[in-house]
Amino acid sequence: MATEEKLAKGAAFLIEETQAEKIFTPEDFTQEHQMIAETTRSFVEGEILPHSEQLEHQDWDLTVKLLHKAGELGLLAADIPEEYEGLGADKVTSALITEEITRGGSFALSHGAHVGIGTLPIVFFGNEDQKRRYLPKLASGEWIAAYALTEPGSGSDALGAKTTATLSADGKHYVLNGTKQYITNSGFANVFVVYAKIDGEKFSAFIVERDYSGVSTGPEEKKMGIKASSTRQLILEDVHVPVENLLGEPGRGHVIAFNILNIGRHKLAVGAVGAMKSALQVSVKYAKERKQFGTSISSFPLIQQKLADMNILTFVTESMAYRTTGDIDRQLEKLGKTSDGRQIAQAIEEYALECSVNKVFASEALDKVVDEGVQIHGGAGFIQDYPIERMYRDSRINRIFEGTNEVNRMIIPNTLLRKAMKGELALLQAATALQSELMGMMPISDEVSELGPIQHQLAMMKKIFLFVGGVSVQKYMQSLKDEQEILAWLADIVIEIYATESALLRTQKELDKGASAEQKVDMTTIFAQESFARVEQSARNILASMEEGDMLRTQLTLLRKLTRVQPVNTRDIKRRIAQRVIDAEKYLA
Amino acid sequence: MKILVLVKQTFDTEEKIRLQDGQVQEDGVRFVINPYDEYAIEEAIRIKEAGDAEVVVVSVGPSRSEEALRTALAMGADEAILADDSELFGDEYSAAKVLAAIARKDQYDLIIAGNQAVDDGSGQVAVRLAEELGIPHISTLTKLEVNGNEVIGHRDAEGDEEIVKATLPVLVTAQQGLNDPRYPSLIGIRKAGKKPLTHVTLADLGLTAEEIARKSEVVETFLPQPKTAGKILSGDLSQQVSELVTALHSVEKVIG
Repeated sequence: MATEEKLAKGAAFLIEETQAEKIFTPEDFTQEHQMIAETTRSFVEGEILPHSEQLEHQDWDLTVKLLHKAGELGLLAADIPEEYEGLGADKVTSALITEEITRGGSFALSHGAHVGIGTLPIVFFGNEDQKRRYLPKLASGEWIAAYALTEPGSGSDALGAKTTATLSADGKHYVLNGTKQYITNSGFANVFVVYAKIDGEKFSAFIVERDYSGVSTGPEEKKMGIKASSTRQLILEDVHVPVENLLGEPGRGHVIAFNILNIGRHKLAVGAVGAMKSALQVSVKYAKERKQFGTSISSFPLIQQKLADMNILTFVTESMAYRTTGDIDRQLEKLGKTSDGRQIAQAIEEYALECSVNKVFASEALDKVVDEGVQIHGGAGFIQDYPIERMYRDSRINRIFEGTNEVNRMIIPNTLLRKAMKGELALLQAATALQSELMGMMPISDEVSELGPIQHQLAMMKKIFLFVGGVSVQKYMQSLKDEQEILAWLADIVIEIYATESALLRTQKELDKGASAEQKVDMTTIFAQESFARVEQSARNILASMEEGDMLRTQLTLLRKLTRVQPVNTRDIKRRIAQRVIDAEKYLA
Repeated sequence: MKILVLVKQTFDTEEKIRLQDGQVQEDGVRFVINPYDEYAIEEAIRIKEAGDAEVVVVSVGPSRSEEALRTALAMGADEAILADDSELFGDEYSAAKVLAAIARKDQYDLIIAGNQAVDDGSGQVAVRLAEELGIPHISTLTKLEVNGNEVIGHRDAEGDEEIVKATLPVLVTAQQGLNDPRYPSLIGIRKAGKKPLTHVTLADLGLTAEEIARKSEVVETFLPQPKTAGKILSGDLSQQVSELVTALHSVEKVIG
């Protein structure tokens, strides 16, 4: 390539305008991507769904057999480089596999824990010997992987782990002791990536094989949902792990842990897209079949409204998740094949904020979608014969694992402040520039072009963020980190901005291509309006929590300058969106 | 041995048919290989894997059909031909003429096709092709054996099984249950991108528009009437019978 393409900088979307052509969208899938998605879908329809009941009842032999089958097809190999018998595919490919697998229920957790958090630490941070020993077996599914970070006493506070590793007298082994909790795939995994502190201090990662003496698992946890996945404690009693199985550098396990979490968050969002599409599909089908008062309930506007909302949330999450996937791909491509773990970690870390944004938005969107799905099903939605009942239970964990949404909401503003302090993001400059701008007149919305009003809303949302963000920093300075409510409202604004912008740019990109995009325009219009209202509310919450009296009145006046937008006809637009979904009987972008 | 497999890309059978101005709407639709053609492709690949054969897949259809051919290549076919020149499109008669011209460009020992396409469901193209080429055909196979030059086909015959013998070259069509088609593996998909796929036009095939002009015409496309509620007759038996006869005469008009 003659000229190096400028890559999107993490979090820069808050202060910069992004060109539509620069983002990756689902409309950019190549034929190969589509074929891989199709194979995955056929696998789910042919091999997973027919066995749903058996898988839900925890027939681990079947789970392992199906993982092997997935391995034969190559569905475990996407992220593994070709030299270790993988496919070395891009992240869009593995995202698509994740999305499609999710449509087969919580078997996806077994798959995801294996290919994601189980395998990726070795892919990214393993040395040549470790990669050679483990990756081919993991690519084929001969061995199943798991990831053991959480402990009974340390969940969100991952670095508070109590598991210890002590170098043996002969220097050949680390002796591990401790208990890990809620370990997916623990019932049958052959290999675990385990975090422990060397000499009780240096947080480090180890590759631990199940067959090592002293490795055992606890009883199967009785979970609310995702029952087709195995969750147990991993118990380590004087486990002698060869020193060659230390993953990465001693004392740098946090680098591995945090970056694998970033990937995990991003993959969770992609998986949620698949789950939303399934929930929408069963719900729209049910709504068409179910007759009340002599007509299909899908003809009732209040049911249509739900279908429209579900379709919009799916569209927005999909737009965000694949935009981030594309950005991560480009970062990794730039590195080439010779990069080491640290470089890869940096490349992924660039989008740590986007990963958290995706995780929070997607898990909450999925919860809303399955909730409305149950509502559309009425009483039937409460009965286990209908898949929506399982989807509702399966959804709930997403707001908890891979970092709770509360932890992720704290990560978002903290990451921003760190980037601003390090000079990576000109956030403070932008906030200062806005202050003088606020004294003057605000530009009004471009009502002529189709997306003009939305572009205006997006621009105002970014200004609102800079305004209230700037005021909060001025007010609390260093102690802002203790103001969790303010930080969470700021995080919410950031999430809304990324969501609206991703939907808008995707729609813009289609229009620029000359494609007809009525559904996308309608969905983006509605989402932007609703998102804008939420942003305004968060901003008011922040201001009213910090100030009072004249000061508050002045700031609210400034805020009002940024919040003058024309409402749209939500009722008619949502009816249109829903009608298209009803006609197609599935998610329709 | 050289095997030619006829492939059509069709709507997924789960798709809803939407009409606008008498045209079937294709946006947002999931397309698949016609399920009967999948059996045909699988059978050809199994023959190849059991011995020595080259498998060429061919389709007459719009350029989106390339996806179906690539999928066949990913399953294990060696080469693909796509007749996506719109001048080649017509009805079953036209398709058979076009396929015959393609088949004549090479020496195929065996031609395998689906018994029918799930969209139009005419079941005519393959057997017309056999006629065009002057070779025998065995249709709706549930089992196929190829021993040297001899072909034995087991076919569904209204609940019975008929066993038919023929000599190569021959054309056969696949019935549901012939085999269990494989999923294209990710490695297969990778390789498929590098396998040859040739596009052919009217001129390439040395055909003229008149030669392949359609013999039939679509007059109207419409969706089936929605099912209405049935009627339960009441009263004693003779009353019910007479009411039924009246209804068949005057309401349903099935008896003249």
